[in-house]
Amino acid sequence: MLLNQFLLLGAVLFCTGVYGVIARKNAVMVLMSIELILNSVNINLLAFSLFNQNIDGNVFALFIIAVAAAEVGVGLALVLLVYRNRRSIALDELSEMKG
Amino acid sequence: MVASDIQVAQNIGFGIIAVTMIVAAIGVVTNRNVVHAALSLVVVMAGAAAQYILLAAEFVAVTQVLVYIGAVMVLFLFGVMLTRARLGREADLNNKNFVIGIPVALIMLGVMGWALIDGFHGQKMPTNAAPVTTKALSDAIFAPYLVPFWALSFLLLIAVVGAIVLARKD
Amino acid sequence: MFQLFSADTGHAGWFLEHAWLIPVVPGVAFWVIILFGKRLPMKGSEVGLLSMATSLVLAAGTAYQWIQRVDDASSGESGRGVAHGASTLLHSALETEHGVYTQPVIKSWTWWQSGGLKFSIGQHVDGLSVMLLLLVAFISLLVQIYSLEYVRGDRRYTHFFAALTLFSAGMLVMVVAENMVQLILGWEIMGLCSFMLIGHWWEEEANSRAALKAFFTVRVGDVGLLVGTAILFGAMGTFSIQGISLKALDGSTSHTVLLMASIALFIACIGKSGQFPLHTWLPDAMAGPTPVSSLLHSSTMVVGGVFLVARLYPVFHTGFDINAAGQHFNFISVIGGITIVIAALLAFVQNDIKKVLAYSTVSQLGYMMMGLGVGAWVPAVFHIFTHAFFKCCLFLCAGSVSHTGSHHSFDMKKDMGGLFKKMPVTGVCWIVSTLALCGVPFVSGFFSKDEIIDNAHNNHYAVFWIIGLGGAFLTTAYMTRATYLTFFGTPRGAAAGEHAHVAHSGTEDDPLDADALSPEPADVHDPAFAMARALDIEAPDYAVARAPAGSHGTVALLREEELVAAAAHDHGGHAHDDHAHDDHHAPAHGFIVKTDSPALLTVPIMILAFLAVISGYLNAAPFKIEKFNEWVAPVSGVFFPELAHATFKWVNALPSVLLVAAGFAVSLFVCKAIYNEAPSALKGLTRRSRILGALHAFLVNKYYLDFLYENVIVHAIAHPIAQGAYWINQNVIDKIVNEVGINGRKSGQWVYRNVDQRVVDGAVNGSGTVARETGGALRPVQSGKINQYGALLFGAAAIGALVLVIVNT
Repeated sequence: MLLNQFLLLGAVLFCTGVYGVIARKNAVMVLMSIELILNSVNINLLAFSLFNQNIDGNVFALFIIAVAAAEVGVGLALVLLVYRNRRSIALDELSEMKG
Repeated sequence: MVASDIQVAQNIGFGIIAVTMIVAAIGVVTNRNVVHAALSLVVVMAGAAAQYILLAAEFVAVTQVLVYIGAVMVLFLFGVMLTRARLGREADLNNKNFVIGIPVALIMLGVMGWALIDGFHGQKMPTNAAPVTTKALSDAIFAPYLVPFWALSFLLLIAVVGAIVLARKD
Repeated sequence: MFQLFSADTGHAGWFLEHAWLIPVVPGVAFWVIILFGKRLPMKGSEVGLLSMATSLVLAAGTAYQWIQRVDDASSGESGRGVAHGASTLLHSALETEHGVYTQPVIKSWTWWQSGGLKFSIGQHVDGLSVMLLLLVAFISLLVQIYSLEYVRGDRRYTHFFAALTLFSAGMLVMVVAENMVQLILGWEIMGLCSFMLIGHWWEEEANSRAALKAFFTVRVGDVGLLVGTAILFGAMGTFSIQGISLKALDGSTSHTVLLMASIALFIACIGKSGQFPLHTWLPDAMAGPTPVSSLLHSSTMVVGGVFLVARLYPVFHTGFDINAAGQHFNFISVIGGITIVIAALLAFVQNDIKKVLAYSTVSQLGYMMMGLGVGAWVPAVFHIFTHAFFKCCLFLCAGSVSHTGSHHSFDMKKDMGGLFKKMPVTGVCWIVSTLALCGVPFVSGFFSKDEIIDNAHNNHYAVFWIIGLGGAFLTTAYMTRATYLTFFGTPRGAAAGEHAHVAHSGTEDDPLDADALSPEPADVHDPAFAMARALDIEAPDYAVARAPAGSHGTVALLREEELVAAAAHDHGGHAHDDHAHDDHHAPAHGFIVKTDSPALLTVPIMILAFLAVISGYLNAAPFKIEKFNEWVAPVSGVFFPELAHATFKWVNALPSVLLVAAGFAVSLFVCKAIYNEAPSALKGLTRRSRILGALHAFLVNKYYLDFLYENVIVHAIAHPIAQGAYWINQNVIDKIVNEVGINGRKSGQWVYRNVDQRVVDGAVNGSGTVARETGGALRPVQSGKINQYGALLFGAAAIGALVLVIVNT
């Protein structure tokens, strides 16, 4: 197995996630795209961890998974709050910070 | 089975799973149905778990399945439900400026691809690497990475408390 | 060499050394009077009097020390003049072949230096200066005492005394002048004060015109003074009088230069001393108050010209070749001679007593000039001395007459006559002075004027001898006329107590007086009464109160029993030169004689009359007294030309004595014929005879000289100049000013529109717009949309990565 194949896979997923962040209107969809990105990072880390025979990569990947979970929890809580106040989670409409 | 066979099997397995993941990922970002997108994400995550096994990180793979697919995706589906996303197709899930995402993503892909190919061309993974044991992992976590572990625990605590505080109704 | 003489010794006696204080004291007093006079109890006059008294004391001391100096010098004692160190020539005396020359006391301080040229101020005290110092100080003091009464209550009492004091200071500066610059300074101060004093009552236009006429006429002459000084400086390199005198006599200056300088300087004397043709201002100057006339225009200021000639006599003597062999005419004597005659003729047709005296002054100044012109230096200078006393006395008598006898009128024909009974003291003084003026033997004028006439004959100026004799005849004649009209005959007009004349526009008493409305009745000089009278208001209270002394009616025509001037004064119409103050005297005011003038007026007159008699004895040639000659005349071949001196013989004096007697007789006869009421063939002669009438008109119009000067010469010069100046003003200057204004406004507007509005505001607004537009352009970046933020973030990262990759390969 080439190292590159895993890395490239990660790159493709990353770019897909980036596209999703930019293109998606629904806040939950954006969060999902962010999950994609995080997963691609995980793949990257683990690939290098195996390549360098270093366990730190695994540890880091575990941490990322934990952090991602926390982040999704808080993020969804925020989205819920926004939904409660505005009845909409279309990011196009959430431009109060415009300036 | 010779080692090379395993290699070939690994490569084929990688290929199938990779394609599945990519297709599912594209599905995540382009599906008009939110629930379908979420389910596509599940596919992506499952594929990721499989890749982790291929990468001799079994513990991480299992954790991925348990946490990501089991908890995070459920959260997502709850979120979808609570925010009354329309079930079924909706007109446009893309925002106004979605076109700018394409070149950005493509440029990124191009850059990264080129850098990777240029940098890691022909580098092979170690052939008969033993899978990472849980013991080694825990040794690593609880010794050198103890403090990040604690920080992480604290973070999770905060996240939980914060989520509850944010989302409670009264 | 002369410099050695100019630095005189330090042992000349305190008064001589400090003679420069004599002008300084009145000068300081002037400032004191100006600044503080109005607050003083006597309104500044006390300062004036004090300063003149101080000057007189100093002058007397100076005279005494000078006489001592002369006596010491002539007696050979040079102990008083030896200086320590320096040159042996620093004596008070200089031996010359003509006797001992007493050195003047000269001091000078340099007040300005420029390029090696020094301007100094100081004193040059010799016999001539000492005589004039004493004279000016004494007469100024007497006139100021006289003025205390005469101008009492005047509207500008303080300024009057200030001007009198300043005048004295100016004349004293001139008299002790060490150099020409200082002399010019004193000359000009005198001219200024003359202007101020003639125009003292400038509210009446005639007075201000007279003052201007005096000033301008003298100014015309002053050009000559400056030119002459410049010529002398150019030729001799010095301003100092001693230096000029020296250089004029030692032959180092060309004769032509001296002639030019003499002509120029003499023109100034013509103006200042009222010689023909610039004499026209003097009679008009009688518009000033009588003290002014008596001080300035008879005794002191007008002799300034004579003084100048006497002072710089070496220049004139050499320039005009005065005593050169075969000389029968020279410029000075001709002018002097003409002046004597024409002024004397004019005195016959004057009705104003002051004008008679003015022309008499002009005539006598002609005598002085003629005397200097024929080389009779000592007689001419002595005539200054005696003339000052009797002429001043005559003027003060005229003032006294008008003050007490004719209710401020000076018109002899209308308001005087028969005043001798009322005012005997004044009358006697007048007559004594007249005798002196006419040159009656044994009175002072004889010893001075007849000396001039005698020396004219002696120095081979026969024509002027004849002119002098003729002048004596005429003088006696017109003075007899004046005396007759004033003091004898029947009283007329105001002298008779009548006061019914047209209401006078300007009043004698000052309606502008501040306390005019005081209710107190008592004093005769009450300004309130004057106010009432001036406004033609009946003042019954006063009338009642004064009933015993005589009623005070207003415009009513009253014939008073008493000839006391205890009546209202409404006189107008006649030539009022003098508007001093209300003088209706209760009988108790006269001095010695109750109907005469008060003491402050009469005492100075008496003093002067006394001096008019005895001053001549200072140099009485018949009695071989030559004190004046000794003390005043400089004797020298170095600093003063040698002059011949006629010896007195009664034979030579006989023609003038006879002419004086003849003049008196003829004049008395004619006066009695014309002015008495009895019919006479001589009455109305000028109306009947065409020739005589024309002659009379010619005289009355003062030879049409005024017409010539003012309407022809001045108009011809000034009118085009004035028109030209007006044209320039309107078309050139105003145009320039307007153009500047217009252009200023236009350029202002242009700048406003283009620079201010467009450029400056544009820049300011533009920068604001740029900022706003930039902000506006950049605002969409922060849209608040997360997707966009994400796009930016990842886009930037992508590009950054691209750049990095490219850079690193």
